[in-house]
Amino acid sequence: MANLKTTEKKTKAQSMGLHTEVLTGKTQQKFFNPDEAENFYYWGTYDVDFNKRTELDVNDMDCKEANKKIDELMSQGFGTIVIKNPQGKHSLGVGILNKLNLIFEGSLGYFGVGSIDGPTVRVNGRVGWSCAENMMAGKVVIEKNAGSCFGAAVRGGDLICKGSVGARTGIDQKGGTIIIGGDAGAFTGFMMQRGRIVVLGNVGINLGDSMYDGTIYVGGKIGSYGSDAIESPMTKSDIDWLKRKLKVAEIGENFDVSQMTKVVAGKKLWNYDALEPTEKKGAI
Amino acid sequence: MCGIAGLIHRGKSSNVGQELQGMLQALKHRGEDSTGYALYGDTDGQNFIMRFKVGENVGEGSSSVMEDVSVYDERKKIVDSYLSQMGAKIVKEERILPYSLRYEIDYDKGDLLEFSQKIESIPGVEILSMGKSLEVIKDLGNAKTVCDRYNLGDLVGTHAIGHARMATESGVDIKSAHPFWGYPFSDVSVVHNGQLTNYWNNRRILENKGMRFMSECDSELIAVYLAEKMRNGATLEEGMKDSLSGLDGVFTYFVATKNSLGMAKDTMAAKPLVLYESDDLVAMGSEEIAIRSVLPQEIDTYDPFDGEVKVWQI
Repeated sequence: MANLKTTEKKTKAQSMGLHTEVLTGKTQQKFFNPDEAENFYYWGTYDVDFNKRTELDVNDMDCKEANKKIDELMSQGFGTIVIKNPQGKHSLGVGILNKLNLIFEGSLGYFGVGSIDGPTVRVNGRVGWSCAENMMAGKVVIEKNAGSCFGAAVRGGDLICKGSVGARTGIDQKGGTIIIGGDAGAFTGFMMQRGRIVVLGNVGINLGDSMYDGTIYVGGKIGSYGSDAIESPMTKSDIDWLKRKLKVAEIGENFDVSQMTKVVAGKKLWNYDALEPTEKKGAI
Repeated sequence: MCGIAGLIHRGKSSNVGQELQGMLQALKHRGEDSTGYALYGDTDGQNFIMRFKVGENVGEGSSSVMEDVSVYDERKKIVDSYLSQMGAKIVKEERILPYSLRYEIDYDKGDLLEFSQKIESIPGVEILSMGKSLEVIKDLGNAKTVCDRYNLGDLVGTHAIGHARMATESGVDIKSAHPFWGYPFSDVSVVHNGQLTNYWNNRRILENKGMRFMSECDSELIAVYLAEKMRNGATLEEGMKDSLSGLDGVFTYFVATKNSLGMAKDTMAAKPLVLYESDDLVAMGSEEIAIRSVLPQEIDTYDPFDGEVKVWQI
């Protein structure tokens, strides 16, 4: 006879201790306990030595070959890797999840250094669309200009472009800081949810359109404000933070940040309530 | 998706056929249904060059209906007789493929509208380009395939625009391939990456004004739109600026004339464009790798902003 007794079914994550929440009402997730660090393994990461340096010429490689080679070098402990002749190729340096000094001597195409978590990247050229998309942590510095969707959906880290960027910079941004030394195009901060964008130059139309949260600082002229983006007074903490951040970013150190325009979400478009779906059902 | 590329040499000529082939081949992942070239060659400027087709490429992947080659011969004969009737003298004749021809024509009677209407009244015949410098070559396949098929690698000129097409809203055929000739203006061509959402509204208005459409490809609208503006006295740049509000949708397009090359980007900046500009060369494309094929050294490039229009002279 079949056993009809119901058993508690745990997901793999729960059995590892990643989720200890009681699923009633709002979710209370406990993501990571540092005391149990030895139990967790971050797949695809390497312990590297920053003093161990190498160069990689990718002129005759496609992006898959180049990325595989970078992975190999990291697995050998190289902590400083200089990429020669990137030639505007797409998707170079993506998915690096450990500390690393990565230097590109040239320009990148689309989706350069996307989905990274930790490396310090310097691009001595230009980057195409969607540079550092989904970056979790680390620092990326672009010496020249960048294309559209710069820093799309970044979660953390510092993303710096010393030149100008295209449209939709910081679209869907969820954290971290994006700093632009030149001008930015239309729809900067489109639907951003958290984090900060700093533009020292001018921005195009529809700045901060439909932004949920986060802060945008603009040093130059603003083409127009997007839906629900409003100006907010600069505070002392804004000014202090900007000074500190620009110094660390090695960009615009002498810029008069007190004259910048601060833009935040008006939150008139917000359509949230404080109820979880299960609670909402009860309320109805 | 589609990819577009263009370049203009200022103050000199170069092997633009080979250069554009390299640029478009670098963009082939954006579409290989068809590839088109608008090349502005070094000519003596005396005769018109007419590129036209008397049928479609019905090879693999084509959405065209197969016809007997004898039909092409019949159409060609009618074209020849019409040219004779209109006082146009064929100076040189090349039949590159059974369906694709290149004529050099001595014609000084003026109006290209009447001329073109007469030629295109023959069913199945389409003028791909008409001009004293411009030659539009377009066919199915990627850039290298088309370049080799039409032997474009040796063409020397000042500027060129081209298009690698992924067919989305109209057939895989030559008539829907870019570039589009700015009918009925000599030496005007257009390539486009994007999607126009007020195509039919604009088309109805322009057709009522006597303009002609040969395909149902939304990109053709840009060529016709600009041609109509210029017919009413606007300069190319004025027409392009006007198009930013007159055309709805997302677009980046290039337009070329005998002496100039221009680009326009919609106000949403939704379609990519990377630009390199120096005193003697302007090169631009949907992706930087297109520019890299002609300028492998480290260069400064940038993305034009939303609503930007630029025109360069040779």
